[in-house]
Amino acid sequence: MVTPWFQPLGACADESIRCASSADGNSQMMMADSGSNEEVAVIGNTDITSTESENNIINTMVERGTALLRKMEINVAEAEKRMGKNTVNMQETYTVYLIETRPAEAVPDGGTPATPDTLWRRYSEFELLRTYLLVTYPYIIIPPLPEKRAEFVWHKLSADNLDPDFVERRRVGLENFLLRVASHPVLSNDKIFFLFLTEEKGWREAVLETGFQDKVDSRLKSLSASFRVKNPDKRFTALKHYSDELNTVISQLLRVRARVADRLYGVYKVHGNYGRVFSEWSAIEKEMGDGLQSAGHHMDTYAASIDDILEEEEHYADQLKEYLFYTEAVRSVCRKHELIQYELEIAAQDLAYKKQQKEELVTGTVRVFSLKGMTSKLFGQESQEQRESRLAALEQSIQEGEESLKEKNTESQEFVRTAWEDIERFKEQKDKDLREALISYAIMQISMCKKGIQVWSNAKECFNKM
Amino acid sequence: MSGQTVPADFSGHMLDLDEDEDLEVFSKNTSLADGDPMPNSPSSMVNQYRLEEDEEQQDANTKDLFITVDNPESHVTAIETFIMYRVVTKTTRSEFDSSEYEVRRRYQDFLWLRSRLEENYPTLIVHPLPEKFVMKGMVERFNDDFIETRKRALHRFLNKISEHPILSYSQHFKVFLTAQDLASHRKQGPGFLSRMGETVRAVANSVRGLRNRPEEFSLMQEYVDDFSNKISSVDKVTQRIIKEQREYLDELKQYSPTYTQWAGLEEELEEPLKGVASCVERCSKETEEQIHHLSEVLVPALHEYVLCAETLKAVMRRRDNIQAEFEAKNEALASKKVDQEALQEEVDGLADRVEQANNVLKGDWSRWQNSMRTDLKSAFISTAEKNMEYYEKTVGYPES
Repeated sequence: MVTPWFQPLGACADESIRCASSADGNSQMMMADSGSNEEVAVIGNTDITSTESENNIINTMVERGTALLRKMEINVAEAEKRMGKNTVNMQETYTVYLIETRPAEAVPDGGTPATPDTLWRRYSEFELLRTYLLVTYPYIIIPPLPEKRAEFVWHKLSADNLDPDFVERRRVGLENFLLRVASHPVLSNDKIFFLFLTEEKGWREAVLETGFQDKVDSRLKSLSASFRVKNPDKRFTALKHYSDELNTVISQLLRVRARVADRLYGVYKVHGNYGRVFSEWSAIEKEMGDGLQSAGHHMDTYAASIDDILEEEEHYADQLKEYLFYTEAVRSVCRKHELIQYELEIAAQDLAYKKQQKEELVTGTVRVFSLKGMTSKLFGQESQEQRESRLAALEQSIQEGEESLKEKNTESQEFVRTAWEDIERFKEQKDKDLREALISYAIMQISMCKKGIQVWSNAKECFNKM
Repeated sequence: MSGQTVPADFSGHMLDLDEDEDLEVFSKNTSLADGDPMPNSPSSMVNQYRLEEDEEQQDANTKDLFITVDNPESHVTAIETFIMYRVVTKTTRSEFDSSEYEVRRRYQDFLWLRSRLEENYPTLIVHPLPEKFVMKGMVERFNDDFIETRKRALHRFLNKISEHPILSYSQHFKVFLTAQDLASHRKQGPGFLSRMGETVRAVANSVRGLRNRPEEFSLMQEYVDDFSNKISSVDKVTQRIIKEQREYLDELKQYSPTYTQWAGLEEELEEPLKGVASCVERCSKETEEQIHHLSEVLVPALHEYVLCAETLKAVMRRRDNIQAEFEAKNEALASKKVDQEALQEEVDGLADRVEQANNVLKGDWSRWQNSMRTDLKSAFISTAEKNMEYYEKTVGYPES
């Protein structure tokens, strides 16, 4: 059983390193300089598997996590198939996942851990939760869900959603998602998230009651609309650019990796044919028989070893995929900034225009072409009363505009501040996680080579006996 | 070297007799114009039983014939273009007038030599030559790789012959190694018509079928058929592995640049990404070498034995034909319709020939088996070592 692979913010493998955190979990976590220590810890012992190194990190996670994680342990323990009626009243098979939560108390020696609270959720509910988070915290980079459909598969892996391997990898991905949210300084405090973990029945109503649905449409619009922002914050522009490039490069990497895996599978499996032929050949030989036969067995072992190797590699691919999907979340935060900035610019423009209009009205000059101006020229001037009421309306409008602009300005600044805080947090998380992933990939390669050496060394001994 | 007396010493040393002469008595082709007399020496038959011991002796300390094939050169005439190979011989054998020879030979000359050897020693296992033309490899006749592969195989062929206790003393072999103008020697030899006659007789005999193949040769035939299957399969599997490795290599070549590309986007991650990139590149390089080794070492060895299997089948057929001819004459004798005395002599001669052929084959058989075992064993070991080296080198980098 594979455990989640990331290390939540604030968790350090080396306990002597201090992490600052406040009781409410809202303030920024200080990342201590733990990078080099961990590298030594991981690389120095190349015999531990990648899962083992991740477990080491997870074990210390709880001690330093957010307030939520200090209170409870979360995991997605199982997956089960269910049958039910869907929205169009047809029978369908779907998978549900068991979420377990238990109080995060230290268990006394010899004692048994408390029984967890459990509830079942299906993938669509996770999607609902995530959509809620997306619209409620537009300035936060919301952790992604594992893929809906298997992509970047190499031939042996099935692309079927009901395939047990896929379900298992999705289970791990969902657990990872929950832990990411639970360890986020802002998201972990969300009430709806807490209910998601604890209230099986009433949750859906609670979410809908928040009214987040209304914001969904406007968010979709903002993501797809195209508008020109005159003065975006340059950091966001650079970030969006980086995010797009990262998306491209990781996609390509995943594609090539899948093809490489495919080919490597072929190479190993063909060696299995040696096993069969050597065995048959050994039957007709006297002196060579034994050597050939046992060499054949080693060829079979070699051919079979690729299955485990590629399964572990799939794990690495999942880690890359998480960050591939993260790039989409980053992109949407950048877009949100652009939207806010755009609306700010429009509001400022509007205000300027109104002020312009007022000035014209007051001074009687028409500097800017307007339909009103034209019609009054054509159809005669308006009366003094009309002018004054128009002026009053305009001044009212200007005042409202100024207030609105101030609000928007504050909103924009606040957005930039909070978003950038989360972006910094994200950058550090990304660097750390991917570094770990690359290192464990290297460890995997080493392990694969060592196995290869072993097999061929055995085969050579058998050939020697021929 | 005519009129040799048989040494009293049968302790297993190589005779100075040209053993060609003895065997030629029993070959179908009795009109050799090479000028060799043909005493029928029973003692030389005895010595052929000692083939196995001879071989060990020879390996240990009596290798006295060293041959290399190299320096392929293109030779252009008005009619055709072909490749000439240089054949250099160094020897201490007394039947050679000099201790060093250098001649130029073309592929056809090798073909001539081999067919002469097969004719003279129908039930000896004569090592195969590389094929005339390799269709599967899509190789042009004068492609460098093809020439190199062929050159190596020709080298192996001559060395195999030189290591054979009987064949290496063949007069034809000597001529091949020493004569500056081989063409004149090639003209001498059994006429076309007598060869045709021989083929017709062989076909007639095989149609008749064999009455009574001795058990051991039936077993041998079974083995030959099985071996032929198995060695072909191993050859095919190896070719397939090479193909898969090549495709793997193609994909690997795209893998590394992607990591480098990503490294360009990052700051903190630049170093580990570049590390993975160079690791993958290392893997590429080693894979290329691995493929090279398979193609250069294992494939030629396996391929040789695929061809050997065909040679073995031919040897079995010839042995069967010799026996069939004897049986035909024997039956004619029994029918009492012909001249008894003359026929009896012929039948006796043929009976001897059968026995001779069988014994020769038996002797050579175990020699061949050992040779096969040694050759293939070393090829497989070499491959295993190369694979170990591949993994050792690939692991070296990530660990750093």
